[in-house]
Amino acid sequence: MKYVDEYRDEAQARRYLDALRGMTTRPWYIMEICGGQTHTVVKAGIDRMIPEDVRLVHGPGCPVCVTPLELIDKALEIARRPEVIFTSFGDMIRVPGSGADLLSVKAEGADVRIVYSPLDAVKIAAANPTRQVVFFAVGFETTAPANAMSVVRARDLGLGNYSILSSHVLVPPAMEAILGAPDNLVQGFLAAGHVCAVMGYWEYVPIAEKYRIPVVVTGFEPLDLLQGITMTVAALEQGRYGVENQYSRAVTYEGNTRAQALIQQVFEVADRKWRGIGEIPMSGLDVREEFAAFDAERRFEVEAITAEESPECIAGEILRGLKKPHDCPAFGTRCTPDRPLGAPMVSAEGACAAYYQYGRTA
Amino acid sequence: MTGLAGFMGATCPIPLDRYPTVQLAHGGGGRFSAQLVRDMFLAAFGNPALDILHDGAILDVPGGRLAFSTDSFVVKPLFFPGGDIGSLAAHGTLNDIAMCGAKPFALSVGFILEEGLPMDDLWRIAQSLGAATRAAGVPVVTGDTKVVDHGSGDGIFINTSGIGVIPAGVEIAPTRARPGDIVIVSGEIAVHGIAIMSVREGLEFETALESDSADLSGLVGRVLAAAGTDVHVLRDPTRGGVASALNEIAKSAGVGVLIQERAIPLGDEVRGACEILGFDPLYVANEGKFIAIVAPEAAGEVLRVLRADPLGQRAAVIGEVVTEHPGRVFLRSNVGGMRVVDMLSGEQLPRIC
Repeated sequence: MKYVDEYRDEAQARRYLDALRGMTTRPWYIMEICGGQTHTVVKAGIDRMIPEDVRLVHGPGCPVCVTPLELIDKALEIARRPEVIFTSFGDMIRVPGSGADLLSVKAEGADVRIVYSPLDAVKIAAANPTRQVVFFAVGFETTAPANAMSVVRARDLGLGNYSILSSHVLVPPAMEAILGAPDNLVQGFLAAGHVCAVMGYWEYVPIAEKYRIPVVVTGFEPLDLLQGITMTVAALEQGRYGVENQYSRAVTYEGNTRAQALIQQVFEVADRKWRGIGEIPMSGLDVREEFAAFDAERRFEVEAITAEESPECIAGEILRGLKKPHDCPAFGTRCTPDRPLGAPMVSAEGACAAYYQYGRTA
Repeated sequence: MTGLAGFMGATCPIPLDRYPTVQLAHGGGGRFSAQLVRDMFLAAFGNPALDILHDGAILDVPGGRLAFSTDSFVVKPLFFPGGDIGSLAAHGTLNDIAMCGAKPFALSVGFILEEGLPMDDLWRIAQSLGAATRAAGVPVVTGDTKVVDHGSGDGIFINTSGIGVIPAGVEIAPTRARPGDIVIVSGEIAVHGIAIMSVREGLEFETALESDSADLSGLVGRVLAAAGTDVHVLRDPTRGGVASALNEIAKSAGVGVLIQERAIPLGDEVRGACEILGFDPLYVANEGKFIAIVAPEAAGEVLRVLRADPLGQRAAVIGEVVTEHPGRVFLRSNVGGMRVVDMLSGEQLPRIC
C-alpha cells in the first residue's frame, strides 16, 4: 500500500507542523467541510498536533448526519411495507428516526438490505419483479452520479419496480449559509476533495471572491489535511484569498463533466432541509419531473410526513463551528452513538461521534 | 416494560425505550454485547467463575484446574475461503480453551439444522469439523442434533463446548495485565472478517484472501512452555477485533493500554479492503490470531517462539500496558497523534463515501 503510506509519514508530518508553528501569528478558524476529513483529523490526532491558534471547525459534510429526521421516518414507513425491499448504504441503517431505525424495523421483519452501490439495488429490482425495490439515495455531489445512473439504468431496463428515496445536498450553498450568518467564525475552508473530484472547483471561485477567503481543496489522508491546513494558514497570514488545490492528484478545475451531466439529467437543484441546520435555499437535488416514476416519495405518498428534532441537540451550533461537541451538556451522557439525540452523533463522520469514538471529552 | 417486569419480582435491567427487541448488534461483540451480558445475563445468573468474563471459565477441581468454554457459530456464508462453519466451530472452542492457558481435552458439538439443508453440505461440514478436531488431537465426545422448520434457521447453526486441563505453572487471567507488560499479537489482524466480507452477498470483491481460521492450542502450548507464568493474559480477538479485546483486558485489570498504529501487522489486501469499506481493522474479527500480554523480560522469547511457527510468523509487539488512563486503550497514530481506541458500538457498517 505504498500509495497510502506516502500520506501517513511521520517525518513529513513534522515538517508541516514546524512550518505551521513558524508562520502562525494569531488565531485562525478553519473549517474542514467534509465529515471524512473530520474523522481523519480526530483519528490521527491532528487537532492536537497543530498549534493551538489554528482552530479547526468541523463542518456539515456528513451525508448521514444532515439527512433530515423526517426523511428517515419516511424511509421507515416505506421499509415497513410488505411489498418493499428497502436497500441502503450500511451507515444509514442505524440512524434513528423519530421512533426507530432501519435496523430495528429489519428486526421486526422488514426486508432491509445493505448494498454497496445503487446499481446493486437495480439488480435486485430486476430479479424481484413482484416486489418494490427502494434505494435510500443520500449524500453530497459524490454519490449523486451513481444514484442518477441507477435511475437511468432502471428506466432503460423498463423496470417499474425501482425508485429512490432521495435527499441529496450540495456543498457550495452550505458554505454560503455558514459564511453569511452574522455570528460566523470561519475564515478559511478546506474543501472536500471527493466532492471536488466530481464537481471540480470552479464553483468555489466566486465564493472565495465574494467573501474574500481562502479555500483549499484538500484530500483525506493525514498528510493531505496537514498540507491543506498549512496552505490555508499561509494564505490567511499573507492576506491572500482564492481557491488552491492541495488534492491535485484527484481534482481538476472542471471535475468529471460526464458525472456532472448525469446529475443534471436526473436531478434539479431545489431548496433542501438540512438536519441540524434547517432549510437552505437551492442547496439540494430533487428528482426531475421526467423521472417522477422513480421518486419513492411520490410513489409511496409519504411526502406529508414531518418530524421534530430534540430541542436539546445543539447540532446547528456545532455544524457552524460555534461550539465543540464536548461543549454540549448532553455529549457522552444523554447523547451517545448508541442513543444519538441529533445529527452529528449518528454517523462515524459526524463531529460528535468522531469526538466520542476517539475520546475527545474536553 | 410490561411482560418483562414483575417476573419473580425482578425488572428487566436493560433500558427498553430504545430497543425493545434484540438487535444484531447485541451479538456483535462490542458495547451492545457487553451491555447485554453484564446487565441481563450476569444479573440473572452471574457467579465468580462467570463474572471474570474470560474466553472460558477456569475451575478448580480435585487434582488440578480445568478450563471450560462454549461458543456458537452462525456464520454466513457457510463455506468461505480458508474454511467453513465446521472447521470454524472446532477452532473457535479449541482457541477459547487455549486462551485459558489450557490444553484442550474433549469437545461437544450441538447442531441446529434447518429443514431443507442439503445433505451434501452437512456432509462437507461434518467432515471438516472432524478433520479439524483430529488435527488438534481433541476428540468430540458428545453431541446433539435438532432440526427446525424451514425458515426458522439459517441452514445450520453449530454450538461447540470443550474442556481442557491447565498445566501447573500457568497463570492466565485478564486481571493479570500489569503496567510495563508487553502486548504482542500473533500475526496479521483482521483477515477472517475481511475474507468473509469478500464473499458475502452483494459484496464480492476480487481477492485471494483466505480466513485465518486455525487451531491455536498447539502454538499457545509452546508459548506457555517457554515463558510460563510470565505470560499474563491470552485472548483471541474474534468478534469485535483487537480493539474490543484490549478494552476488555484494560477494564478487567484496571490498567491502560497504549498501542502503536505502525506496529500493527496488517496485510496489504486487508488494508486495501478496509480503506475502501471504511472499516477499522482493529475492530474486524480474527479466528487464528491471539493477543499475549507478557512480562517485559519474556517478550523476546515469546516472539521467537511465535515467529518459529507458521501460525505466528508475523507476530509483533504492538504496544504496552501502562498506568495512565486505566480501563482505556490509546493509540499513537502513524503521523504521531494520539487517540482513544474505544469498544465498538454496534456493527461496523460500510460507509457511503
